[in-house]
Amino acid sequence: MSQSRGRPGAPEHQPDTFTFTKANLEEAERIMARYPQGRTASAVLPLLDLAQRQAGWVPVAAMDMVADMLAMPPIRVYEVATFYTMFNLEPVGRYLVQVCTTTPCMLRDSDSIVEACRNRLGIDFDETTPDGLFTLKEVECLGACVNAPMVQINDAYYEDLDAGSMVAVLDALARGETPQTGPQGGRHASEPQSGPRTLVGGD
Amino acid sequence: MAETVTITVDGVEIEVDRRLSLLQACELAGAEVPRFCFHDRLSIAGNCRMCLVEVEKAPKPVASCAQSLMDGMVVSTKSGVARKAQRSAMEFLLINHPLDCPICDQGGECDLQDQAMGYGTGISRYGEQKRSVQEKNFGPLIKTAMTRCIHCTRCIRFLDEVAGVPALGATGRSESMEITNYIEQGIASELSGNIIDLCPVGALTSGPYAFVARPWELVTTESVDVMDATGSNVRVDSRGREVLRVLPRLHEDINEEWISDKTRFAIDGLVRRRLDQPWMRGGKGLEEVSWERALGAISQHLESRDATRVAAIAGDLVDCETLFTMKRLMAAIGSPHLDCRQDGMAADPDVRASWLLNSTIAGIEEADACLLIGTLPRREAAIVNARLRKRWVAGGFSVASVGPADDHSYPVTELGNVTDTLRRIEAGESPFADAVKPLVIVGKGALARDDGDAVLGAAARIADVLGAIQEDWNGFGVLNVAASRVGGLDLGFVPAPGGLDTAGILNGAGSVVDTIFLLGADEIDTSNLRGAFVIYVGHHGDRGAAVADVILPAAAWTEKDATYVNLEGRPQRAQRAVFPPGDAREDWRILRALSGVLGVPLPFDDLDSLREAMIEDVPHLGVIDSITPAPWRPFGSTRAMSDEPLVPAVGNFYRTCTISRASPTMSLVTDAFLPGVAQSAPCS
Repeated sequence: MSQSRGRPGAPEHQPDTFTFTKANLEEAERIMARYPQGRTASAVLPLLDLAQRQAGWVPVAAMDMVADMLAMPPIRVYEVATFYTMFNLEPVGRYLVQVCTTTPCMLRDSDSIVEACRNRLGIDFDETTPDGLFTLKEVECLGACVNAPMVQINDAYYEDLDAGSMVAVLDALARGETPQTGPQGGRHASEPQSGPRTLVGGD
Repeated sequence: MAETVTITVDGVEIEVDRRLSLLQACELAGAEVPRFCFHDRLSIAGNCRMCLVEVEKAPKPVASCAQSLMDGMVVSTKSGVARKAQRSAMEFLLINHPLDCPICDQGGECDLQDQAMGYGTGISRYGEQKRSVQEKNFGPLIKTAMTRCIHCTRCIRFLDEVAGVPALGATGRSESMEITNYIEQGIASELSGNIIDLCPVGALTSGPYAFVARPWELVTTESVDVMDATGSNVRVDSRGREVLRVLPRLHEDINEEWISDKTRFAIDGLVRRRLDQPWMRGGKGLEEVSWERALGAISQHLESRDATRVAAIAGDLVDCETLFTMKRLMAAIGSPHLDCRQDGMAADPDVRASWLLNSTIAGIEEADACLLIGTLPRREAAIVNARLRKRWVAGGFSVASVGPADDHSYPVTELGNVTDTLRRIEAGESPFADAVKPLVIVGKGALARDDGDAVLGAAARIADVLGAIQEDWNGFGVLNVAASRVGGLDLGFVPAPGGLDTAGILNGAGSVVDTIFLLGADEIDTSNLRGAFVIYVGHHGDRGAAVADVILPAAAWTEKDATYVNLEGRPQRAQRAVFPPGDAREDWRILRALSGVLGVPLPFDDLDSLREAMIEDVPHLGVIDSITPAPWRPFGSTRAMSDEPLVPAVGNFYRTCTISRASPTMSLVTDAFLPGVAQSAPCS
């Protein structure tokens, strides 16, 4: 069952105000300039994304600020922010681990990936480690089925996982390193697992 | 005539306006199409899927509410395909709808219940968990049971489009979609109660009416509202002696099908603080007495008085019959001091156009510009404001305002709150570039002041200058706030030659005048009245009754057959829904009885002969529900206006009269939506 997104998350996390940093404000203005006069409400998605990139999540104060910048009723922004599950409505850890469990990943044993994450991090879905480093989430298909099973951590995909490589990625992140993104099994992109088969050897 | 198309619905060929939706066309052809999300006055959502019909050559059933018309369409609303589609849509709607009809307030008047009977299947095939949704806080007026919601989004669209207060939205999606305001604040709109009527299920129900009655227990009476001067058409639902709820009644030219929250929810004030017994001031303060003693005491008091020292002030809720009787009584006694304007609002008693909304409410839709002078229609006549907003939404309508700035629910150019602006507009500085049919709407805030006649004159000249006065268009309008006002002025309930007006009466109390009739007049400064003999005729123990020497208990608007004239000048009749409490009587009967005791019996003994006499006096009061246009001629004074800024006429929208001040619900709403505003802020 999906969680209710019909009201804001825990009030103790909600900041009273939210403002863009100077750099983000300039970026926001660049984004808004893309749209015709009177149509700036179209910028609501990129602006919310910008706010999420700044804070790690989207507090109500940020939605209100976006509504104000785009001259929209606040509720219209709340609707957008709650519609797209990729907007985090509660604070998340530095690394947001999103494990895909949709059919292709499940058939490729995403259950073992979930188990590995749970064991390594000591948390369940929608929880954050006490050190604030990791948040674990279960998500629907992220469109990398050909490299299943996979997870998305912040903006990066980690593919062709097994329990061992999953833990290795998490360990590396915990150490502050930047593990190699993409397929973890050694192949390049989504080439066949057993090496190239077509257009080889001929002329 | 718009272009028409010919279509066939269930074998009936019909020619209809091509701008209609297929659903509307089907209805015109006499077919019944079930629907939840579609509403004639809201935008099309097309999300309930209940209105599926079969259209020849269409591959699938068609949602008729969102289908435009094409010539030669052949439609079936009852074919096997259509019926099956409707049954399936209903089955999906019922999947997550709880089976709690026995404890649901919508039961018996529920669209879902009715349509499930007509278009549903007898059994459910769904055996899984139903979804449940957290309750929401929509304020004290609207009770939620969001698990019952079928996501028709009528409430969202109403607040967005009609009320102009976009408070609600749909968060989440699919299974987790919820109708919410997200941040848990009530809906601060004067029209919010209408979403209760719009909700086709029991998700939004009336808070104060929760678990009070079932619809089949109620007796319905068609009436008109008096909470403001709009004259909204309502139905009063009562059981036994108590009015339990008020719902809107369709009147395209006044309230369409909306009413304000005050109209809907202030009715619990009708059973509180009521005067149900004559009272008289004796040695130990007010004492309960019989009618005979009360009337006798007045007669005794008046015996030794000079008639010219008697005065009468009428309040805001008084009906025409009472005003007419009182006027006749004053004439019989021989006193010239009477006034129906307890707030002292300026009007030229000889020019009817000086106190009417001459454009009419429906006429607002023809206008292309509007100048508001000292008025916040949203608080003073919420229904008129909805019409102004409707006109603005249609496009090509600019509104400017001289007066206190506020959120009007549509964009308004604030010209500042100084009377000098009026002088400049009069001198030719038009705020509108090229208005063809402008409106000039003047509010109580501009007219109920010492220089009210000067502002009235300026406003009339501005109407002329802006071109609002034409052969077939009179854009000048006064936005009255009192239900009794237009009727009172139409009847000439104003000082006779040599008579005093409200201010004169109040100032002269105890000296120039020593006996004062207050006809439900409570929104006045009563501090000066202690020196006079005050006779209060009214239904609530409010400010007027507090200073009275004799209190004669009268009937409230739901307790009498009465004529009211709305701010357009449209006479309408309220009908008795319940009887007055205790010994209270209809106002005009009290005055008629008093005239007998005083030895000047008035020549009518029943309502019919009273109305006959009244209509003979003022013929247009007999033309019910139609507007007699008022001829235009100059009025108002040419003297200079003071530089005082205009003040809003209504501070607290929810508590403007004795009934709404006695209402616990209105008190709750004031706390919820107007923190910091005085609970009992007077009208003036």
